[in-house]
Amino acid sequence: MSSTESRLESRRSGAWASSLLLATGRFILIGAITFLGLLAVTFFIGRVIPIDPALAIVGDRAPAHVVERVREELGLNLPLYEQFVIYVKDALQGNFGNSVLTTNPVMTDIRRVFPATMELATLGTLIGALIGVPLGVLAAVKRGSIIDQIVRIIGLIGYSVPIFWLGLLALLVFYAKLGWTSGPGRIDVVYEYTFTPITGFYLLDAVLQGNWEAFRNIFSFIILPASLLGYFSLAYISRMTRSFMLNELEQEYIVAARAKGLSETRIIWGHALRNAAVPLVTVIALSYAGLLEGSVLTETVFSWPGLGLYITNSLQNADMNAVLGGTIIIGTVFVAINLLSDILYRALDPRTRAR
Amino acid sequence: MTEAIPTTRPLSRREWLMSDRPQSRMQARLGRAYLVWSRFASNRLAVVGLGIIIALLLVAIFAGVLAPHSPVSGDLRNARLLPPGGEYLLGTDDQGRDILSRLIYGSRLTLYVVILVAIIAAPLGLLVGTISGYAGGWVDSVLMRITDIFLAFPKLILALAFVAALGPGIENAVIAIAITSWPPYARIARAETLTVRNSDYIAAVRLMGASPTRIVLRHIMPLCLSSLIVRVTLDMAGIILTAAGLGFLGLGAQPPLPEWGAMIASGRRFIMDQWWVAAAPGFAILIVSLGFNLLGDGLRDALDPRGSNQ
Repeated sequence: MSSTESRLESRRSGAWASSLLLATGRFILIGAITFLGLLAVTFFIGRVIPIDPALAIVGDRAPAHVVERVREELGLNLPLYEQFVIYVKDALQGNFGNSVLTTNPVMTDIRRVFPATMELATLGTLIGALIGVPLGVLAAVKRGSIIDQIVRIIGLIGYSVPIFWLGLLALLVFYAKLGWTSGPGRIDVVYEYTFTPITGFYLLDAVLQGNWEAFRNIFSFIILPASLLGYFSLAYISRMTRSFMLNELEQEYIVAARAKGLSETRIIWGHALRNAAVPLVTVIALSYAGLLEGSVLTETVFSWPGLGLYITNSLQNADMNAVLGGTIIIGTVFVAINLLSDILYRALDPRTRAR
Repeated sequence: MTEAIPTTRPLSRREWLMSDRPQSRMQARLGRAYLVWSRFASNRLAVVGLGIIIALLLVAIFAGVLAPHSPVSGDLRNARLLPPGGEYLLGTDDQGRDILSRLIYGSRLTLYVVILVAIIAAPLGLLVGTISGYAGGWVDSVLMRITDIFLAFPKLILALAFVAALGPGIENAVIAIAITSWPPYARIARAETLTVRNSDYIAAVRLMGASPTRIVLRHIMPLCLSSLIVRVTLDMAGIILTAAGLGFLGLGAQPPLPEWGAMIASGRRFIMDQWWVAAAPGFAILIVSLGFNLLGDGLRDALDPRGSNQ
């Protein structure tokens, strides 16, 4: 490499870094605007739609001066935009008010239940990606074959089946009839005294403490809901993998690799999949975000003590602070994952460096 | 590819339909429809999907004739939680009601939700998208930012929050789902608008003095329709699943309405011993959303042959 070339190269990589930085800045700005929008929507849901939040608290038989006092305490007598400014300030400090049901600040509750949801979604995505990617690759390579059809049907059913119903059936078959797994819940009561959560990710905690008996128990609880969520991300991931792979297999570099005499395995897994991997990262990230949403119904069916169950329990008890707090947290994680996957895409795809 | 389809029409009519030089506007339209149909019909799974949806429509229309029992009142004394078979083909629930009859009447609720959501969300998205695409500039930026905000919310969670504020009920579920499902339509309509915005025929219409409203309504919106219809059909399954999820959580249709999701919720208590109470409505949901997915896939391939291999 001559000196001019290397200088060009270094300038190019510098330009790439700064463009990445610029893009990151832009993404963060978009993220901030979207977050404000999220708050505006939840503010609208919490403050504008109900006829009067103060009445909702004291009941409609309360004397007028009591209602007025509550209104003042809640800041409802201020103009709407001032209320919104206060709302945003509170939200930025993680203050979503107190839960009526647990009487704790909503944020404290969420911090307690969120690891359970993340553990479930993480394991679900792992299962979905580890099975879904190879399935998608196989379907693309053997396009039109019986394998392709089977993968397509597995995917279609995944898109069409109600997750809570499949969960109930899974409980019926694998827990009640076959006895292979544990039922609803997260860990047996027996372990409540021998097992102390540290991170809130029970599987990880059990490993850290070397408590293999507890690990086995926790695993028997988590495997069913995680497989269920895994199936849903599998449906999405395998479909996208297939389409990315079909796209790659048509490219000329594949022909070149074949002409060079590389083995088919090497071409598919080493060359084509490597190039398809970049958009796949985005897909897997999105499916992770989707599982956070899917957790609402799954957690209800499996009595999994995570954010989804927290939201539905609060719903049943008309605990709006908790519902909206949970909504904001899930929305924020959603936005963050979206932005991260965008940035990751830029960082991983070498073509964005050329510019 | 059309040779593969056996057609009962005489060949001459087929030639008339396939003519390169249609004599009238009607002939051109019929020819185009025929082409789309023959492409659609060559996809066996898509035809199955269409069959499922037509069956759903028929069942909903003739529910009164088809249902052997009342969907809301049952024989509490003699027929509680009977297994499938005999007089009650799919068994009975805890209130002695015939599950089959409830499923049949429930198809009306499913259609009600799906159609209302489509009627509210699709035109809304179409309007936002075409205005955004045609106007450009700051209007575009503002409208697209709003769209992004709604896209940023997970659908079910946002619908949950809306229903929590509005109160449970099937109408509120429809409103909540509609509010959460318009943004993708706006995106699609905008993309389509951008591709035709600078074309010659739009310039010609503008030169003839057409107002922006007229251009958007009469000349841009019709072009967005086919991709919008495909997307709406593909979304139907998602809408049904969201509605069923809301029903399962007790936030959608209220008892004694035979909504399928709510039926699963009421069968949940008996899942270990009387599994059929919850199993049957879930199966109905699966079949109907599968039908919409197959139909949507087939429509997409038929209307847009470019993307058909993926």
